[in-house]
Amino acid sequence: MDLFIPALLTIITAATPLLFAALGEMVTEKSGVLNLGVEGMMVMGAIVGFVAEYYSGSATMAIVASILAGAAMAAIFALLVLEFHASQVPTGLALTIFGIGLSALVGQSMIGIAYEGLPKISIPVLSSIPVIGPLLFQQDFLVYLSIVMVAAIHYFLNKTRAGLILRAVGDSHDAAHAMGYSVVKIRFMAILFGGAMAGLSGAYLSLAYSPMWIEQMTAGRGWIALALVVFACWRTLRVLLGAYLFGGISILQLHAQALGIGIPSQVMSMLPYLATIFVLVIISRDVSKIKLNAPASLGRAFHPSR
Amino acid sequence: MLKKTLLSLILAAGVAVAGNAAAVTKVAFVYVGPIGDHGYSYQHDQGRLAVEKEFGDKVKTSYVESVPEGADAERVIRQLAASGNDIIFTTSFGFMNPTLKVAKSFPKVKFEHATGYKRAKNVSTYSARFYEGRTVLGTIAGKMTKSNVVGYIASFPIPEVIRGIDAFTLALRKVNPQAIVKVVWVNSWFDPGKEGDAAKTLIDQGADIITQHTDSPAPLQVAESRGVYGFGQASDMKSYAPKAQLTAIVDDWNYYYIERVKAVMDGTWKSTDSWYGLKQGMVEMAPYGDAVPADVRKLADEVKQSIIDGKLHPFQGPIKDQKGKLVVKAGEVVSDKELLGLNWYVEGVEGSIPK
Repeated sequence: MDLFIPALLTIITAATPLLFAALGEMVTEKSGVLNLGVEGMMVMGAIVGFVAEYYSGSATMAIVASILAGAAMAAIFALLVLEFHASQVPTGLALTIFGIGLSALVGQSMIGIAYEGLPKISIPVLSSIPVIGPLLFQQDFLVYLSIVMVAAIHYFLNKTRAGLILRAVGDSHDAAHAMGYSVVKIRFMAILFGGAMAGLSGAYLSLAYSPMWIEQMTAGRGWIALALVVFACWRTLRVLLGAYLFGGISILQLHAQALGIGIPSQVMSMLPYLATIFVLVIISRDVSKIKLNAPASLGRAFHPSR
Repeated sequence: MLKKTLLSLILAAGVAVAGNAAAVTKVAFVYVGPIGDHGYSYQHDQGRLAVEKEFGDKVKTSYVESVPEGADAERVIRQLAASGNDIIFTTSFGFMNPTLKVAKSFPKVKFEHATGYKRAKNVSTYSARFYEGRTVLGTIAGKMTKSNVVGYIASFPIPEVIRGIDAFTLALRKVNPQAIVKVVWVNSWFDPGKEGDAAKTLIDQGADIITQHTDSPAPLQVAESRGVYGFGQASDMKSYAPKAQLTAIVDDWNYYYIERVKAVMDGTWKSTDSWYGLKQGMVEMAPYGDAVPADVRKLADEVKQSIIDGKLHPFQGPIKDQKGKLVVKAGEVVSDKELLGLNWYVEGVEGSIPK
């Protein structure tokens, strides 16, 4: 079992970027907006964070810059879909394409530069627990933050008035509007938050996961995050579970291969998507189940004049 | 999908505006990854730049990057052919069938497909004998591994990749019969995160040297941070792993691209099959890292030189397969034809080829 700990450590790093992006997208979707631009916001977070680290030498600056970059991308999306009533699906797709192109442009001079990665933070006392100590309590800042965000978002959505309003806007924007809530403002905030989280996810990729800049280094993780939100039925704790499950599958299949266990690696590579399709089929069979949690106004444009 | 469509539209528009000067030869390249990968596609683009430098105003080059292998590729290639290019280089194995299909409808356009095996009157193939470089890597790895476990990160189970694994393993075990190779397939040419994860996995399972047939520097960077060694892929990746990179296989397409474009200009272009290696300089080795001791450098240099001189063939018998069965007798070598379709592991490789 001496492989157990190293495998788990690798799973944590594989799961963290998925967790950030999926949490952010979940909040955005809870407000009734489907933003398919996760990949684009993520990749912009990755490059801007890397550039900031390169010029400032400060990890904090880098992370803040990533958050701002993700949020700025999201702001473009928000402006288009909320103010100009552009259709959400193509706008989100365009945002992804735009982000990939822009990040490549910004990152031209960053190719070939190495960075040693975010410093690890040991939590005193806890990190000296045998076996699980080094595993759970010697991570970089972003890993801890991702777990804190799970708790914070769970609390926000389920226990606060603001969270209730956000969900109301996502379920019926007309009713929320009639109640006097500013649908556009609330959705704008939710989209910005989703972008900031995608930016963090990008920061994790370029500063901690594989600390360098390479064009399109997100390699489809934004899409996995989108699938993860559906897989989790828009529930925070299930997003956590799902991110670690997806991360776990992708790492364990590598270990299985290196051990010579004969599972075709192609099958393992498609498992996350198969699982998502499976969940989609299950929840769409039962209308009441999906209604409980899928935001009812998801993807619908809101015109206050109507 | 959408991105590719946009790209080809933009490309078509650009080409339409820029074209028409009669003496200009138009050259197009299709890359499987982004040119910023600092690896495989990057090196092809260096070749494109070399063509531009060589011929100046006489050529007009263009490229489409990150083209997925499959149906999308055909559209991109067709678009390039339709927009008046004289010669089109398609630089990845998976572009083979799309290239041939398009070539049929554009008999006047010349096509050059990298690493494939199907040709036509207007389709040439070209490839580099990367496996010769892998023989040098295997020799170094065999001398430098202490755990006798070497990790190999592989992309897709095609002959090109299997050939590399086998050549590496043969050379490894020639100098160190105890050493084994663990292979992990990541089903991608380019996914820094996954490649890095694969490297971590292999190191966790005891590998103290990592080599790769994927395109990003991520595995090397993991090797650097974990204090083990590795080899650069397609391009000198020393900047990512100043301590860990022992050497790198560097693809150098410049000469070939210049030669073929010149043939188009002179009207002497013919469908050919070129497979160049260390001797012609299409495969080169990056300078050794500081960690490589003098005796290992000397041995690696000797291996390289004897391949260049034709005294050593990377696939020289006796060769046993994974089950220990003698497949190539002493004194025989594996023919080019067999090498091009190679689909079995030699003794010393762990695991099985994904089917």
